[in-house]
Order: sequence, then C-alpha cells, then structure tokens
Amino acid sequence: MTLPETIPLLGFGWDDLLFMILAGIMIGSALLVVTMKDIIRCGLAMIVCFAALAGLYVFAGAPLVAAAQVLVYIGAISVLVLFAIMLTQTKAGPASLVFQTQAFPAAIAAAVLALLIAVTVASTDWPEAGARIWTDTTKLAQTLFADFTLPFEVVSVLLLAAVVGAVYIAKREPGGSD
Amino acid sequence: MLSVLDNISLSLDAYLVLAGLLFAIGSFGFLARRNAISMLMSIELMLNAVNLSIIAFGAFTISLRESASVIALIVIAAAAAEATVGLAIVIAIYRNRKTPLVDEYDAMRQ
Repeated sequence: MTLPETIPLLGFGWDDLLFMILAGIMIGSALLVVTMKDIIRCGLAMIVCFAALAGLYVFAGAPLVAAAQVLVYIGAISVLVLFAIMLTQTKAGPASLVFQTQAFPAAIAAAVLALLIAVTVASTDWPEAGARIWTDTTKLAQTLFADFTLPFEVVSVLLLAAVVGAVYIAKREPGGSD
Repeated sequence: MLSVLDNISLSLDAYLVLAGLLFAIGSFGFLARRNAISMLMSIELMLNAVNLSIIAFGAFTISLRESASVIALIVIAAAAAEATVGLAIVIAIYRNRKTPLVDEYDAMRQ
C-alpha cells in the first residue's frame, strides 16, 4: 500500500506534517523545561526537546549534526545535568517558588523578542537562499579536516581544559567541612 | 488558510522562526527561574536555537553548506565544555551555601 501524495483533507505533504509535529514537540517540551516545577521533569523534558531538534536537523539536511546532537546532548549533557540536579536537591524537596519575582517582565521581554525575530525573519528577503540541499558527509569531513583544522584542534584543547577545570572546581577540599 | 503551511519544511523562514521561538523560551527561562541548574538548562536551549539557525542557513545556502555543519559541530563541543564547567561551579557553590537557588547567593551584597 502506498501513501497518497498529500495528506487527505489538509492538502499538504507528509514532510510538512512531520516537520510540524517535530516543531510542536520541540517548542512544547522547551516550554515545559522552563515552566515545570519539578526540576527532574524539566531535565527529562529537555531530553525530549533535544531529540525533536535532532529530527529537525535531519530535516534540514545535516544528518551528521543530528547524530552528534543525539550523542553529545542526549547522551552526555543531559546525563550530566541530571546528575547535577540529583547532587543539588535539597532535602525539603523542590522549592515551592519556581520563578523569581521578575518572571512576569521576563515573560513579556521573551514574547517581544520572539515577535521581533519572527517579524524580522518574515520581512527579510534572504538573497542567497535557494532550495534545501543535503550535506554530503564526505565533503563535510574534508572541510572539517582541511579548512577547519585549527578550530578543530582548539576545540579539543578547550574540551580537555574544561574537563580538568571542572574536576578541579567540583572536587572536595581535603579537610573540608563535608 | 492552510496554504501557509504548504511546503513549510522547505522554507528557511520556518526554521528561523522556530529558532527564534526556542531562543526566546530559553531567555525567559534564564531570566525567570530561581534554580541555577534550570538557568543552565535554559542556556542549553538558547545554544540549541543558535545551532538550529546555523544549520538552517547552511541547508538553504550553497556556499555555506559544509561550513555550517562544521560550525554547528564546534558549537556543540563548546556547549559541552560550557555545561561541564557551569555544572561544576553550581555543585561547588551548593557545597558552600547548601542551596541551588540563585536568589539566595547574596554573599557579594553584604
């Protein structure tokens, strides 16, 4: 059985439906990340958000970045965040007050920011934008290791420095109070 | 009415509006949440929004095609480094102050 060319009744293609589902999941879970009370659930919603974003990267024709997103964000950063949450939970449970007193002005500012970006994007005519193109992973590897060798090496040194620095900052002082 | 949604996955504007929305949500979380780890999570959301816009520009501009992916990968690596150091700092402060709430970090105010 083959699917019809466009979705019955709605009239747009299956790609667009999948794109909208992924976008909805991403925005919805991002909203949950910033509004939910239990911070562990915020961390889990963040994983959902990153997964939907990886799907959007595939849609935008960058499968290698999508794979890196799954490996680094879902596999590493989310686990790190969840560990940090569990290490810093107070015994009284989640704080009853989730937001600062400035939450309402912050919401207005964020809404204005989103509106400004949307209006700017809609009113700009991107001169070089053409059809969607897929990134060839072989060419991507050649670009990464030929044109971008120095940034690549700098990033590896940065990661090493960050790991060593994080261990130094987070380790217990010998003879400390706890 | 639904004709706006036609071929939405093939338009640069859709990706950029989505990235702007995600960035705004992240900035709201950073400004409004009391928990330091929530603020770090909001920073991750904002970094992801920037990455999405980089990837979108790369997908629709021929001269940027491979460079955009490389830049996005470097941003992901830098975000990983930022998360590591940020969470280590939060844990170190928690060890001294016994709270993850940023509005109770008032040692510099006294």
